[in-house]
Amino acid sequence: MAVTLTPVPVHRPVRDRHHRGVSRWVVLVLVTLGALVMLVPFAFMLLNAFKSPGDYSSGGPLSWPTEFYTKGLRTYWTAVNFPLKLWNSALIAGSVAVLGVVVSLLNAYALGIGRVRGRLWIVGLFLLANMLPQEALIYPLYYVAKEVGLYNTRLAVIIIFTVIQSAFGTYLLASVLGTFPRSLLEAAALDGAGKWTVLWRVVFPNLRPTLAVLLIFFFIWTWNEFLIPLVMLIDNQTQTIPVALASLQGDRLMDAPTTNAGALISLVPAILFFLIFQRTLARGITAGAEK
Amino acid sequence: MAVSETVAATSPTATTPTPRTPRRAPRGRNAAYWLYLLPGAVLFVLVIGAPLVGTVYLSLTKWSGIGDPTFVGFDNYQRLLHDDVFWASFRNTVAMIVAMVVVPTVLGLLLASVLFDVIGRRFKPRTAAALRAAFYLPQVLPVVVAGIVWGWILRPDGAFNSLLDAVGLGALRHDWLGDPGTALPAVMAVMIWVQIGYPVVVFMAALQRVDPELYEAAEVDGANWLHRFRAITLPQIRPETFVVALTCTIAALKVFGPIFALTRGGPENATNVPSYFAYYTFFKKLQVGYGSAISTVLTLIIVVVAAVFIGMQARSERRDRGF
Repeated sequence: MAVTLTPVPVHRPVRDRHHRGVSRWVVLVLVTLGALVMLVPFAFMLLNAFKSPGDYSSGGPLSWPTEFYTKGLRTYWTAVNFPLKLWNSALIAGSVAVLGVVVSLLNAYALGIGRVRGRLWIVGLFLLANMLPQEALIYPLYYVAKEVGLYNTRLAVIIIFTVIQSAFGTYLLASVLGTFPRSLLEAAALDGAGKWTVLWRVVFPNLRPTLAVLLIFFFIWTWNEFLIPLVMLIDNQTQTIPVALASLQGDRLMDAPTTNAGALISLVPAILFFLIFQRTLARGITAGAEK
Repeated sequence: MAVSETVAATSPTATTPTPRTPRRAPRGRNAAYWLYLLPGAVLFVLVIGAPLVGTVYLSLTKWSGIGDPTFVGFDNYQRLLHDDVFWASFRNTVAMIVAMVVVPTVLGLLLASVLFDVIGRRFKPRTAAALRAAFYLPQVLPVVVAGIVWGWILRPDGAFNSLLDAVGLGALRHDWLGDPGTALPAVMAVMIWVQIGYPVVVFMAALQRVDPELYEAAEVDGANWLHRFRAITLPQIRPETFVVALTCTIAALKVFGPIFALTRGGPENATNVPSYFAYYTFFKKLQVGYGSAISTVLTLIIVVVAAVFIGMQARSERRDRGF
């Protein structure tokens, strides 16, 4: 308030406006140029995804396509059986997102609301688990998966990432629940609600915005994972989109236009999540701030 | 990668002030909560605890993955000390930290501050949001997809060389990823492109919770943009800076996908990193004991780095409270 009441010297806004009038445009131009540079690889990809191999070899990467060629896209689509890869990725990432959120919530309920003994150490352990390099787990996981018949199954990848993602979710939710209003819990307890009822009738509804954000992040993180799917999923029936794309690399089938077509198709789902995730994230922020 | 974003997004919930009700529950009541920890704990032991112990044990053995491992003590670690590839991989990790932590954090701070403070306030908010989205876009695509596109762009017949030709710099044409001299800088450039959007988005979210009156007051006092950046922006978003630096450093230490897609550690190990080196030793050379030793060392380094970061953060928070 004091700021608005202070009489502003007359000369200052004039000088400021003049000063900023030039420099703000310079800043805008510079930042826009930077943003355009960021987009150049996407432009290259789009430009070359619709070229025929002959067109590419005669015109090079920068030329405008002479025809609207979609065979590269179709070749990639059928060669990698893209719909199946899409389903594998969606099934794995979707299952992990839901299971990871459930496990995180159960853990965090015990740690944040239940305040079980040694909870700081337990939360620290979960945080550590999230930071570990996956190489430190991969060989025993690979070996055991082979022994128990889970190798090359989507289930193996789902189980592993449920645990890795929920390690982070537990850390985050435990701190959120550590400040959960006690009065709500006590009111429910007075009404005779047990712990299970309190979890699903009181804690869960209050936490929904945070859980939605977590769900989206688990989904995207799992979707983009590479090392563990690369090791665990070896055939066409089980592979995810990133693994399928990477294993085609160097294949003779992958001429430059097909590479670009494959990359283009592979990033469409990612861009779609980006749009969904932005909305959910915004909702999560506002819902959290309103409380 | 996007860890701190979730933190930033949900921190309003986390910081909701709660009345401190003194509460000492009888121990028996809390014990029932252990049941809720049970599924998570079992999964944790099976998928993280036991494999981690297994890897540490295997690092003390010689094993090809078939038959029984032979216990060899610290032989693998001794071998690591004299392995040039191992040392090269850690030197490259330093380069990855520059490309994935130092440059993106510094540039991200500047960009976020400019987008928020200059463009967001002097132009339409939509302009700032669109520019932010452009910087963030590389973060949403699977990193392997980014690696494959960039691998093609940087190829001898790829788009980058054609671009050089088109602007009359054809003399600079190069096999960017194939030459040991340029492969690492090329990979670093790609990683900066991949990473930059993450700090921009986190820092812009952080700036939104800074009281605008601080900036207005500073402006009335005649502070220019640089003054405001140093006196308000930097101190106000220190918690987010810390989270970004920690998560990006760990990501840099663990980096695997981009290396796999761009260079597979080559040429001549010029871009090899510990993660890829471990993967290669496990699954291509079938030296499980040695691969486990590499993984164990990498794990130790990550734990130490995280501990140092968290200790520094705790100390700086204590100092802030002291004043």
